[in-house]
Amino acid sequence: MTDLAKTMRPAGTAGVAFMRGLRSFALLRESGAGMVGVGLISFWVIIAILTPLIAPFDPNATLQPFAKPGTAYAQGGTFWLGTDQLGRDILSRIMWGSRTVLFYAPVATASAYLVGILMGLAAGYYRGRADTVLSFVANVILSFPVLVLYILVITTIGASGINIVIAITFASAPGIMRIVRGLVLDLRNRDYVAAAQTRGESSWYIMLVEILPNARGPLIVDACLRLGYVIITIGVLGFLGLGLPPPDPDWGGMINEARPLALAFPYMTVFPCIAISSLILGFNMLADGLREISLRD
Amino acid sequence: MVLFIFRRLGAMVLTMLVVSVMLFLLLELTPGNVATKVLGPYSSEEQRNLWLEANGYFEPLWYRYVTWLGSFVTGDFGESIRFKVPVADVLWPRLWNTAILGFWTFALMIPLSLVLGVLAGMREGSKLDRSISVTSIVTTSIPEFASAVFLTAIFVFWLGWLPGTSTMTSGFDWRQLVLPVMVLVLYDFGYVARMTRASMAEVMTAPYIRTAVLKGLPYRRVIMRHALRNALIAPFTVITLQINWLLSGVIVVEFFFAYKGFGALLLEASLNQDIFLIEACAMVAVFVATATQTIADLGYTYLNPRIRFS
Repeated sequence: MTDLAKTMRPAGTAGVAFMRGLRSFALLRESGAGMVGVGLISFWVIIAILTPLIAPFDPNATLQPFAKPGTAYAQGGTFWLGTDQLGRDILSRIMWGSRTVLFYAPVATASAYLVGILMGLAAGYYRGRADTVLSFVANVILSFPVLVLYILVITTIGASGINIVIAITFASAPGIMRIVRGLVLDLRNRDYVAAAQTRGESSWYIMLVEILPNARGPLIVDACLRLGYVIITIGVLGFLGLGLPPPDPDWGGMINEARPLALAFPYMTVFPCIAISSLILGFNMLADGLREISLRD
Repeated sequence: MVLFIFRRLGAMVLTMLVVSVMLFLLLELTPGNVATKVLGPYSSEEQRNLWLEANGYFEPLWYRYVTWLGSFVTGDFGESIRFKVPVADVLWPRLWNTAILGFWTFALMIPLSLVLGVLAGMREGSKLDRSISVTSIVTTSIPEFASAVFLTAIFVFWLGWLPGTSTMTSGFDWRQLVLPVMVLVLYDFGYVARMTRASMAEVMTAPYIRTAVLKGLPYRRVIMRHALRNALIAPFTVITLQINWLLSGVIVVEFFFAYKGFGALLLEASLNQDIFLIEACAMVAVFVATATQTIADLGYTYLNPRIRFS
């Protein structure tokens, strides 16, 4: 493998990164949980991509209220998962909803990571006063029960896609910062950092080019787990009526709208719940598989 | 040790103060908004000004904050806009209901997760270990609202064994408590079990366990006397910190089952912009969270002799 990496090097760092990715994937294939995770995530990604082509109905069209799963529609087609109280096809809404969650969850997680990594690098590398201030801010935010924080932020700034991203960044960045800070405190004493300092590289070059790539292992596992949490958060906010504004389909919102009817028409809430749980399970199992292989080498 | 306790308590008070400033600025920075929320959107300019005058809102910001904090600390939380009664009258009974819910959740969750975690960690890689690991991944992947939906579909709609709401309107009824507690236990036990398993598995590889086994001690005794004592330190912290998670969980569960608890109250207050109630609820939530964090830190230090005597 090391020989292969050496021969790849002239192709540039992109080539090396690609080979590394391929190698981790080959390792991941040995982890059963990891492969189930990859399978579940791929399933939803494919659904999300193909939705415009394969969704049987318009997700917002009111067709036939309270149709049970498997009912045939008079004008052709079948409601495989039934329709809701407004007569919208549940299968189509779940399919379109997968696009919503697979867009907002990675965007919100990436945004939280951007802020968290910058805070963590600064706190761990500069230490001293910067560290004290950043760590204190992080502690204060983390002292809130997380859903209380989300409710306070969302009811203050309003419920919308961009505000959900802001709220998730605000609440998750401190946790990411703590992890990054811990890793940086360990890595900043390595020889290659000292070498870069002697070369006269700038602090941010050292943090971003020398330290950050070497901290990626634990961060990738954490990112997978966090994606799962972010999906839960988006679901919970939708469920509490603080999510994306209707009528566009969103899994949490679907459960919220059908909640008063859940005792009489369980299928309206059960199917979106299966969808969201399976996607979260996918990310958690992938994280588990990644942790397994990272412990191995 | 005494110095450490004081430092931790100091940090806790400081955190609470910063949180109170944040809340105050978030909700009461502009007096005009407060008056509109209290008197309603159809109140006249004159009414609002009279109200602001009477309640001291024309004083400088820092003065308002100090007065607010003073009355807050002495238990005067103001009046709830929605319930038209003092905040304290709604808050304490609701908090008590949530305490009941939390008590039963912990009473079931702690033994369950510790036993499973210890069993899984005792023989790492065994069939039992693998099935417990898979179960805990699956249960922690199902958010509370989803498991509430699944359990309601099974036990209320399909089997008809349990009531689907927990309003407790005609007095306390334990049957209405079963589903909320089940949902919370299901979501929470996996994490604690996994942490216990990791801690137990680590202890089992320690040299003193090998020594104990090799000198011929019965396996039971090795586990009970040698392994458990060290393996249960980490889960103590995890369980205490779980109270913080429970405060999030109860919001979802109480909303779903219409249980009259603290979480549902906080949500209702936020949705109705009932500012004095929001302030009181948020401060109570943060107080419980930071207090348990402090207890977790102190307890860990106390339980771990390597730290206690250093």
